[in-house]
Amino acid sequence: MASLNSIHHLKAFLGRLLGQRDLNTSTLVIPAGTCGRASGADLLIETARQEILDRGLSEKVLVRTTGCHGFCEMEPSVLVEPDRTFYPKADADSMVRIVDAVARGDVLEDLLFKSPETAQPIRSADDVPFFKGQNRTILSHNERVDPTSVETYIENGGYSAMVSVLEQGDPRWVVEEVKRSGLRGRGGAGFPTGLKWELLAKQPNGNGKFLVCNADEGDPGAYMDRSVLEGNPHSIIEGMLIGAFATGATEGIVYVRTEYPLAILNLKMALRQAYELGLLGDNILRTGLSFGISLVKGAGAFVCGEETAMIRSIEGKMGEPRQRPPFPVKRGIEGKPTLINNVETWANIPIIFRMGSEEYAKTGTNGNSGTKIFSLVGKVKNTGLVEVPMGITIKEIVYDIGGGPVGKVRIKAIQTGGPSGGCIPAERFDLPIDYDSLTQAGSMMGSGGMIVMDENTCMVDVARYFMNFLKDESCGKCFTCRKGTQRMFELLDDFSKGKGTLAQLDLLEELAQVVKDTTMCGLGQTAPNPVLSTLRYFRNEYLEHIEKARCPAGVCKELITYSINDKCVGCQACLKACAAGAITGEKKRQHVINPELCIKCGVCKSVCKVEAIDVA
Amino acid sequence: MINLFINGLPVSVEEGSTLLEAARFLGFPIPTLCHKDGLSPYGACRLCVVEIGEEPKAKLVSSCTYPAEEGLKVRTASSRVVRARRMVLELLLASCPQSKIIQDLASAHGIRQQRFKQEHEDCILCGLCVRMCQEQMMAKAIGFRSRGEKRSIGTPFDIKSEECRLCGGCMYVCPACQLRCTYTEPERPICGGCANLTPPCLEKRQFDDMMCFMDPCVACEIQKEG
Repeated sequence: MASLNSIHHLKAFLGRLLGQRDLNTSTLVIPAGTCGRASGADLLIETARQEILDRGLSEKVLVRTTGCHGFCEMEPSVLVEPDRTFYPKADADSMVRIVDAVARGDVLEDLLFKSPETAQPIRSADDVPFFKGQNRTILSHNERVDPTSVETYIENGGYSAMVSVLEQGDPRWVVEEVKRSGLRGRGGAGFPTGLKWELLAKQPNGNGKFLVCNADEGDPGAYMDRSVLEGNPHSIIEGMLIGAFATGATEGIVYVRTEYPLAILNLKMALRQAYELGLLGDNILRTGLSFGISLVKGAGAFVCGEETAMIRSIEGKMGEPRQRPPFPVKRGIEGKPTLINNVETWANIPIIFRMGSEEYAKTGTNGNSGTKIFSLVGKVKNTGLVEVPMGITIKEIVYDIGGGPVGKVRIKAIQTGGPSGGCIPAERFDLPIDYDSLTQAGSMMGSGGMIVMDENTCMVDVARYFMNFLKDESCGKCFTCRKGTQRMFELLDDFSKGKGTLAQLDLLEELAQVVKDTTMCGLGQTAPNPVLSTLRYFRNEYLEHIEKARCPAGVCKELITYSINDKCVGCQACLKACAAGAITGEKKRQHVINPELCIKCGVCKSVCKVEAIDVA
Repeated sequence: MINLFINGLPVSVEEGSTLLEAARFLGFPIPTLCHKDGLSPYGACRLCVVEIGEEPKAKLVSSCTYPAEEGLKVRTASSRVVRARRMVLELLLASCPQSKIIQDLASAHGIRQQRFKQEHEDCILCGLCVRMCQEQMMAKAIGFRSRGEKRSIGTPFDIKSEECRLCGGCMYVCPACQLRCTYTEPERPICGGCANLTPPCLEKRQFDDMMCFMDPCVACEIQKEG
């Protein structure tokens, strides 16, 4: 790959790529992010390639492997371009048929996505309810771009934002554009990005300044940053380049957690390509801009997502936060001014400059512009990554896009913002999703995790689960965070075993408030949120656990017993499945569970076809 | 000079001073456990929290690490501060009930009971010993390991450190154990005078148990010389 020496060169390169591009040839787009590969996308790719080779179709049918498209529930899937036919849950056999059909220009009705209401097949991906309700400004690039090829990024408009910025040539204008766009940090706290950039731009440029991309996404069940990094790494590079031009930063660092091997691989490849093309390095495109990006791998500490802890980790020290001020923008890595933005924030930057800030600000609500990616997981039909404009209600996400509850059970609450977020009850699902309303409701936007909970979820158990996570992940520097999370876990554990008292409930609330008040960094300050929000909306459940030693959702093991009712037909399915040997009974007679032996794993309930297992 | 208000009183301090220094300059008492003049501020014990700013944006910060800012309004003993401080002390008492310093502080704040499950730990991980060793003794023989509830202090791999010069500085600054380990002075021991014969740190080989990181124990060395 030849290095590009000027903006003109880059434009000519783009022209050449666009000239070669063929939008009419049928292309099998196979999402192969970490999730796709786990569910078998590799086999699909292999089968498709083999089939195309065997049948000599390489002129007629192309294959493109991309990052995750977001519809996890239907992985591995195939998207056929140009007519965007969507085949969910494909396997090797159906792949062979799909290749055949695409070569003939046919559509396989039986493999298409079926509408959940009418059971009618839906052909185009754009008409699938899950995709229909979204506004996929960022994620749509994951469908079009092959993350291992810079060419596919450029021919889809990549680096054009950087070109327009370089041609404009005024860093102050760039900062103003970002400010006008109303973009707020997507990492969770929602600090206005333009303002942050302005602060860094104002710092004296003596020994250099740092830009950091925070890709230490540690929330359980959240993976939007991973998908963007895996599927479209060049958008991060382009965003950081624009940031470097605007703020005068000289060095960039992507801090990515080591648990994301594919993201690291794709990012490394993208960085190499960018260096080879001369889009990174000294005197980029001969414009005088010099900027390099390196990659730092985190070692698996959740707290390193906090910016001051991340800075220490990048410096090679123990990852623990320090008191701000001084803010990183004044004193960051090695004492130099440092600006840290989240992956999704960086991915938004090129989009702002492609659309123009005014156009960008039209999406979303006033003060909360743009789109936000959420990872919708839990007890909901369509799990996956959902990109929606800010200000949409929780109801729309859970029911319209998410498809509502899985079985007949009612959805009870949604947990947003990861371990430090809170639970919002179903009665408040008309709440618009933006930074401020979520904080008011006692939760937070966080990086965008959304866990749907139904009536089979115990809120005490949820709080206990998150507190267990946080007590392990607290760095331990602050006494109130270390001991506070431990003690909160201890109390919640007692409640879940029916050993709690009302005085302890008051103590828990008092402690949670103090932990929120007195800890140093964001982790500790938000750590009590799971407790406080469940106490606020689901105090009844706590009281049931304490006063009646009963778990209404049937989750807390110490408080429930399994028994078999007279619906039992004596099929022996549960008897065979029980690992503890706790079930006895003859064929065609009602079985019995021995509570002494029962380990309450619930396998009997899951295998029973006649609903004969009671949990109380 | 930077002008700020502490509990309504105006005060001017030099740039770079902390709120703790400013408050102590005026004579307002703020309890601390992890702060010591001559060692860098760390902000771990959270006892020194003060309230800054005005409602609804008022918040608590640790005064030992927060720099004095122009026009800042600081309250060192508001109800929010006192409530927080009492809870911190209650937590401390629940974990390290034997420490004289913690007992005294708790008593001074009117705490007569603690409501958690009683633990008997020694170390509160204030990090004074680590900073003493690193910043004043220039040895860096001990440091923090692990995180969360597994966090502890010790020498690398828990073996005798070649950097350690047996100065005893770590024990001298320790707010939780300094009154238990008394070298060879029988008039000051708390633990019954056994320090002269078999100091507790020798009975247990694990250094982090007794917070004495020295091997061999200083007490025995002094005795041998004698």
